[in-house]
Amino acid sequence: MTAAARKSILVVSRHAHPGSSLPRSALDTALAAAAFDQPVALLFQGEGVLQLLSEQDSRAAGVRNLRKVLDSLPLYEIETLHVDAAAAAAFGLDRDALPAGAEWLDAAGIRALLARHDHVLGF
Amino acid sequence: MALDYALLVLAAPASGHSSLTAVRFARALLARGHSLQRVFFLDNGTLTGLAAAVTPQDEHSPLQQWAQLAEEHQTELILCISSALKRGLLDSTEATRHERPGATVHPAFELGGLGLLVEAAQTADRLVTFG
Repeated sequence: MTAAARKSILVVSRHAHPGSSLPRSALDTALAAAAFDQPVALLFQGEGVLQLLSEQDSRAAGVRNLRKVLDSLPLYEIETLHVDAAAAAAFGLDRDALPAGAEWLDAAGIRALLARHDHVLGF
Repeated sequence: MALDYALLVLAAPASGHSSLTAVRFARALLARGHSLQRVFFLDNGTLTGLAAAVTPQDEHSPLQQWAQLAEEHQTELILCISSALKRGLLDSTEATRHERPGATVHPAFELGGLGLLVEAAQTADRLVTFG
C-alpha cells in the first residue's frame, strides 16, 4: 500500500458499552487501521458518548473496561476523539471528565468530519 | 464508471433483514458492472458463517445466499477471527488448536484478521456497512 493510495477511515460509535459488543468492535477496527498506519478517526454519537464516562468499573459486569482502551489511543496515534456535543449534553457528560483528546463537535462540525473521510464505518 | 466495492456486515443473520439486504445490495452492484472483492463479517455478523444454521423453508437463508454469491462471483467472505472464535465459529485448524469437537464454519467462509478489513478499505472505492 503506497502513501498515495491511503484512504481515511472514520469509525462512528453509536452504542453504549457494556450493553453491546459493537463499541469494542469499533475500537478494534480503529486500532487495526492505526496498526497498519492508515489514517483513522473516531466519532462518538448517541448513546456511544457514554463510553467516554470517566468512572467506569465494569468488573462486576465481567467485561473489559473500555475507557482504559480509549485512554490508550494516543499510543496508537489516534489523538482526537470526536464527540457529538448535542449527545454529550443530552446525557449530561461533564466536559472536564472526558478523555484528553476529546473534541466536541456541533452539527456543522460533524458534517465536515463526515465529508473529509473516504470511508465512514457505522458501529 | 465501474467501482470496486467492499462490504462490512455487523448484523447477525437471524436478526432482522439487514443480512439479506446486504446480499441484495451485493447482487445489485455486481449486476451494474461494479466489482465486489471482499465481504468482511465482524461482531455478530460473524454468525453468518455458521454452517449448522437452519432457516425455515418458507424464509430466505442468509447462509445459502451468501455462499451462492461467493460461488458465482468469487467474492471472499471473511469472518473476523476474534469475533468468530468468541461465538463458536471455528474452522478445522482452530477447532484442533482450541480442542473443540469440530469445525463449525461453512466452507464458503474463511477466518481472517481485521487487517483484511483495513486492506479492503484501502483498495475499495466504496466500503458500505450493514449493521
